[in-house]
Amino acid sequence: MVQPLDYIRETASQTAGPYVHIGLAPGAAGFAIFENELGRDIAGPNAAGERIRVEGRVFDGTGAPLRDVLIEVWQANAAGIHASPEDPRHGEVEEGFRGWGRVISDFDTGRFAFETVKPGAVPGRGGKPMAPHLNLWIVARGINIGLSTRMYFSDEPVANAADPVLGLIENPARWPTLIAAREERDGMALYRFDIRLQGENETVFFDV
Amino acid sequence: MTGSEFFQRDRTLHPPALTPNYKTSVKRSPQHALLSLECSMSEMTGPRFGHGDLGPLDNDLIRNYAHGGEPVGERIVVHGRVLDETGRPVPGTLVEFWQANAGGRYRHKKDTYLAPIDPNFGGCGRTLTDAEGRYHFRTVKPGAYPWRNWVNNWRPAHIHFSVFGTGFAQRLITQMYFEGDPLIPHCPILAAIPDREALAQLIAPLDLNASIPLDSLAYKFDIVLRGRRSTLFENRLEGN
Ligand SMILES: [Fe+3]
Repeated sequence: MVQPLDYIRETASQTAGPYVHIGLAPGAAGFAIFENELGRDIAGPNAAGERIRVEGRVFDGTGAPLRDVLIEVWQANAAGIHASPEDPRHGEVEEGFRGWGRVISDFDTGRFAFETVKPGAVPGRGGKPMAPHLNLWIVARGINIGLSTRMYFSDEPVANAADPVLGLIENPARWPTLIAAREERDGMALYRFDIRLQGENETVFFDV
Repeated sequence: MTGSEFFQRDRTLHPPALTPNYKTSVKRSPQHALLSLECSMSEMTGPRFGHGDLGPLDNDLIRNYAHGGEPVGERIVVHGRVLDETGRPVPGTLVEFWQANAGGRYRHKKDTYLAPIDPNFGGCGRTLTDAEGRYHFRTVKPGAYPWRNWVNNWRPAHIHFSVFGTGFAQRLITQMYFEGDPLIPHCPILAAIPDREALAQLIAPLDLNASIPLDSLAYKFDIVLRGRRSTLFENRLEGN
């Protein structure tokens, strides 16, 4: 016999299901219940940095867009600081900056869109900087455990080339699945970012 | 306090992405292996919430959508703790929950099941854990409902849960089931969990000691999030 280690085991994940909106975005489910629906404003009104818009769709293995997906966004501010006590510099983030939000796809078209500020580079392991990126967590009916990925920015080629996480991707043909293409629309930076759950050009997902 | 790294997630206790008996997973499951990342600041940090984010009735599903009456159904209290894998409580974390009404119908524009909408039941709530990681809320017991998978699949009664923890890598959505429900062994979504103990961990026991006499039964549901490594030796996260 050996002594027990006394750890307990993580609770198993279950799909968010088709009605995830009731709990996490009830306005979209079709009713008003909370005075303050969480996650609607990622950056808040005082955040420094460039205001950007991100648009895209999430596709399944048949090429059809998911019309019932929910994505959570987590990011640093323009100075590369997270609004979390785990970040030693968190006291420096702008008032009202949470860096977290919820985005749902349109029930008819599957399109999603959100606005935020472009994050700065974030310190990575061993002091090596990571290129600016958004962390995305994707849940929906048919997804048994939330999928983690990142969105990088096409206008950061030098930082992206040195990014330690992108550098882990062995097949360079898969890099573009994590890089959003920049355009301009009405004087605002627009990034297009589609996510493919399966098949050709399947997005790189992480075990974080 | 700065963060430390999370324990590696034990994916053998979670459902895999592809579970053909739950048909929707077939075309929504990545086929490439996940790329393993060591924790960086992006995963160790996560959003925090405070009481200012919530309303006073947010954890009372019997009253938070009442329109001149009370919801139909068996009144219950659900309570438990949010812990991490070291057994330590996770205080001040956001717990959100949503469910069908007593007839098995969701208040959602996409739910067309023939059971009626309850005018006094919204079906969602949220709360923050206290200093000991405890949470509780009041609701009515949800009904079972049929769903399109095989022609005669029924979901056991369940409540959906969303939990945050302190780092984004702890993010978890799961479902709580009720002790003794005869539909539990027949559910393809539950059967997606390969590990019997992990499955049993989702079934809340009846807790008579926490019930309110002449008012509500109680069920206890503890939720375990990933643990953080204690830093016995300095790790190399911040430079060499
Ligand atoms: Fe459900």
